[in-house]
Amino acid sequence: MFANLAEKLQNTLRKLRGKGKLSEKDVDLALREIRLALLEADVNFKVVKEFVEEIRERAVGEEVRQSLTPGQQVVKIVHEELTALMGREQSKINLAGSPAVIMLAGLQGSGKTTTAVKLAVELSHGGRKPLLAAADTYRPGAAEQLQVLGDSAGLPCYRNDGASPVQICREAVRFAAREGYDPVILDTAGRLHLDAAMMDELKEIKAQLKPAELLLVVDAMTGQDAVNVASSFHEALGLTGVILTKLDGDTRGGAALSVRAVTGCPIKFAGVGEKLDALEPFHPERMASRILGMGDLLTLIEKAEAGFDQQKARKLEQKLRRQEFTLDDFREQLQQIQQIGSMEEILAMLPAAQLPKELRRLQVDEKQFQRIEAVIASMTPAERNNPAIINSSRRRRIARGSGTTVQDVNRLLTQFSQMQRLFKQMGSLEKKGFKNIGKGKRGFPFF
Amino acid sequence: MNLVERFKAGLARSKEGFLRHLDLLFSGGELNDDFYEALEEALILGDVGVEASLKLVEQLRLEVSRRKIRERNQAKEILMQEITAMLNGAEEPVKPDGEPLVILLIGVNGSGKTTTAAKLAYRYRREGNEVLLVAGDTFRAAAIEQLQIWAERAGVALIRQQPGSDPSAVFYDALNAARARQVDVVIGDTAGRLHTKVNLMEELKKINRVIGRVQPGAPHRVLLVIDATTGHNGIAQAARFNEAVPVTGLVLTKLDGTARGGIVVGMQDTLKVPVCYVGVGEKLEDLLPFEAADFARALLA
Repeated sequence: MFANLAEKLQNTLRKLRGKGKLSEKDVDLALREIRLALLEADVNFKVVKEFVEEIRERAVGEEVRQSLTPGQQVVKIVHEELTALMGREQSKINLAGSPAVIMLAGLQGSGKTTTAVKLAVELSHGGRKPLLAAADTYRPGAAEQLQVLGDSAGLPCYRNDGASPVQICREAVRFAAREGYDPVILDTAGRLHLDAAMMDELKEIKAQLKPAELLLVVDAMTGQDAVNVASSFHEALGLTGVILTKLDGDTRGGAALSVRAVTGCPIKFAGVGEKLDALEPFHPERMASRILGMGDLLTLIEKAEAGFDQQKARKLEQKLRRQEFTLDDFREQLQQIQQIGSMEEILAMLPAAQLPKELRRLQVDEKQFQRIEAVIASMTPAERNNPAIINSSRRRRIARGSGTTVQDVNRLLTQFSQMQRLFKQMGSLEKKGFKNIGKGKRGFPFF
Repeated sequence: MNLVERFKAGLARSKEGFLRHLDLLFSGGELNDDFYEALEEALILGDVGVEASLKLVEQLRLEVSRRKIRERNQAKEILMQEITAMLNGAEEPVKPDGEPLVILLIGVNGSGKTTTAAKLAYRYRREGNEVLLVAGDTFRAAAIEQLQIWAERAGVALIRQQPGSDPSAVFYDALNAARARQVDVVIGDTAGRLHTKVNLMEELKKINRVIGRVQPGAPHRVLLVIDATTGHNGIAQAARFNEAVPVTGLVLTKLDGTARGGIVVGMQDTLKVPVCYVGVGEKLEDLLPFEAADFARALLA
């Protein structure tokens, strides 16, 4: 939807190549692009203004002037400064106290209830025994929602629907201390930062329960208003951190930068999916890349490594070399890719600038994978080893067996033969001395 | 406080910072580049969106030079008209003869669909209609209970099934029930979904198809619900949801905060459909019709 900053800047500054040095006007032009790109990413206007001034100082400096690729140099500076602003390092959650109390707060619909459960799941994976406390007594069905989600993750939820939020929190902590639960995660009602009475309620809960963490839950799609919300909550409550939700969409998430800049609080986690384990530690550097539209290759590589079996990879590589790649291997590859995450997650992590246009807008139907797997599963071992024997009668049988159509089977076979041809070409290139082709550093043929 | 006052109070709050900025801007001085640049920034700060802001300011420049205007406050009047023109265009839902009017609410997670469904049901009921709510969000835990409580408060009937059931099946049953009971209006809640999730968007298409199969011509209104705090992502939401199910109108929720909801200007420009309602509070009556001229005037007053 939006052209990305790295691309724009490179275009702007490409024209300047051959010039001895960047003039003030050239820098102004580049800074204007940076400003607009950050605004398009929903970074708050005032934050952008200050930020761009900082960039200006470095952009007219020696490192850019002496660079042969001033565009890339400026992008690098922007990226560095963004990362610095977002707080260089990952911030851990504080679980001091027995039980430790973690309090969540935020606007309506920012995702507190889901996040409470995700956080509990995350902490229970770390060996803790968390207790959820349903302190949202306003939204109809909120306590029920927390309990149902808690149940589905096998986590207990403290409820007392008739009581006041403060009382529920107090009871929950007492209950946790008695039963050995730690930490207690307080799910409070969504509220407007303008609502003085509702903000007082949060102050009261904070004063009584003395939470180790008071986390603001912020929707990653928030626009310019993120600054007002975050600063009001911070002034009223003294936040210790932020959780960014709904980052699995295509938002650039400039709100992260705004919130960080006005509160100074670290962003501790990011919500990245509908499933209860879809909460990740927040990586400032990766967020900087995302805001700039530069992709998130680090996360992708990490996930690929986690989901990838090195031994299988070596075996596959040998097969490819000997041109023995079969449909069985293809199926295995598909399964491994799926372990990394959904295709849209993977695509979101790739740098948009380096992808072909069609791929940037690509929407992948996850069911397509299942269909391909079903088709392959409906073949006999002989057919998988030698697809050439699959005649039209076999095609009909495979389609029936897999619940697909003959067209689906045909498409798969065509794709597969194209792939085999591609591997053959790569093999012959390698013989000619192109050693690195088809032999990704991590033994990952499709990337 | 009556409804209009509440609306104005909500708007006033939501525009405080933005307005102060614009007021200063329009209070005097000549029409130079600094002025236009500051104006552009002010619009962006109101979440109007970079593209729409640039377009508005460019149009303003042309108008100003065409009409040979020199005063900033005159320029303001023109900008107001521009924004009104951008937001104008009323959605006139034609109530079908002898069949229920079917309304579908769609949007991303947490935008306020369930609450809006209840408020809208209440609104139609007060106008003397027989209303049926449909608990089409079978995914989110306790979403059905939430709507059930709202339905009781609003005094309207609700069609529901088990959590986890196929939402299309819920709508199939609901529409048949609606025709049997001869209700006037059917309002369908759906699960929140990010517009980038292909499977969930397919599910939405299916819901739309099934509704059209039971009652040809339905749904008559497809309202995209958008949180007023939303930034540029609103544009992508508008485009993608509209690709899946043609959107007939927008509902702007949570306008009682400090968010300006300016993104509807950009969304409207993308979709060419009107903003139908604004949500200004947590009570059943806190859903008001959107008035383009009022919105633009309040935005720049």
